[in-house]
Amino acid sequence: MSASALEIDVLLFASFAEAFGSDRVRLSLPADATVATVIAGVQAASRALSDAPPLPATVRVAVNQAIAAPEQRVRAGDEVAIIPPVAGG
Amino acid sequence: MTGPHLVRCPVVADALLARVGSDGHGAAALFLGTVRDRNLGRPVTGIEYSAYEPMAEREMARIVEEARDAFGVTAVALEHRLGTLAVGEVSVGVAVGHAHRAPALDAVRFVIEELKRRVPIWKREHYVDGTREWVDPTR
Repeated sequence: MSASALEIDVLLFASFAEAFGSDRVRLSLPADATVATVIAGVQAASRALSDAPPLPATVRVAVNQAIAAPEQRVRAGDEVAIIPPVAGG
Repeated sequence: MTGPHLVRCPVVADALLARVGSDGHGAAALFLGTVRDRNLGRPVTGIEYSAYEPMAEREMARIVEEARDAFGVTAVALEHRLGTLAVGEVSVGVAVGHAHRAPALDAVRFVIEELKRRVPIWKREHYVDGTREWVDPTR
């Protein structure tokens, strides 16, 4: 990974918020980070958690409150959130 | 008309129907989702709902707009409850009023299916044995 150029607070919900014990996690990302980089970063951070229940393997990311494609770039100031499988209704 | 909402008080069918009523309508269609007493055979005591609230309300508003475009319905009321609900309580309500029944019924089905598919709302079931689990429809 190149030198960190982007500090992003990623919003967490449901199983992720419970596993991290927080509604957000700070990631240090390279300047050219994408949505896929964010997912990999959160999954790596979750593996470092002790005795957390298993998390959904497939998650999406919302950037500025809209679901984003894996290749979308993430920029400073974006509102970034991990969206585990939804279950409303 | 007020937009779709996340609420922390009971979802009331009559209130939803009142919001979509009109003398020009010949139909009012209603769907209520309720908390079931078991899931996959396990007895459930209640369900706890949470959401990415600003995104969920935006997505609910988009779904209502899509229903308007697809079915020509302008009178749509949509509420989803958050917090911990007991068995039998209403978690979600959709009401649609229209001059005719077909667009009203089709729009109700569309709105609830899209809500379940894409609105960032999550639920954790509480079981009789005291355990709790996040529901993952993709698993």
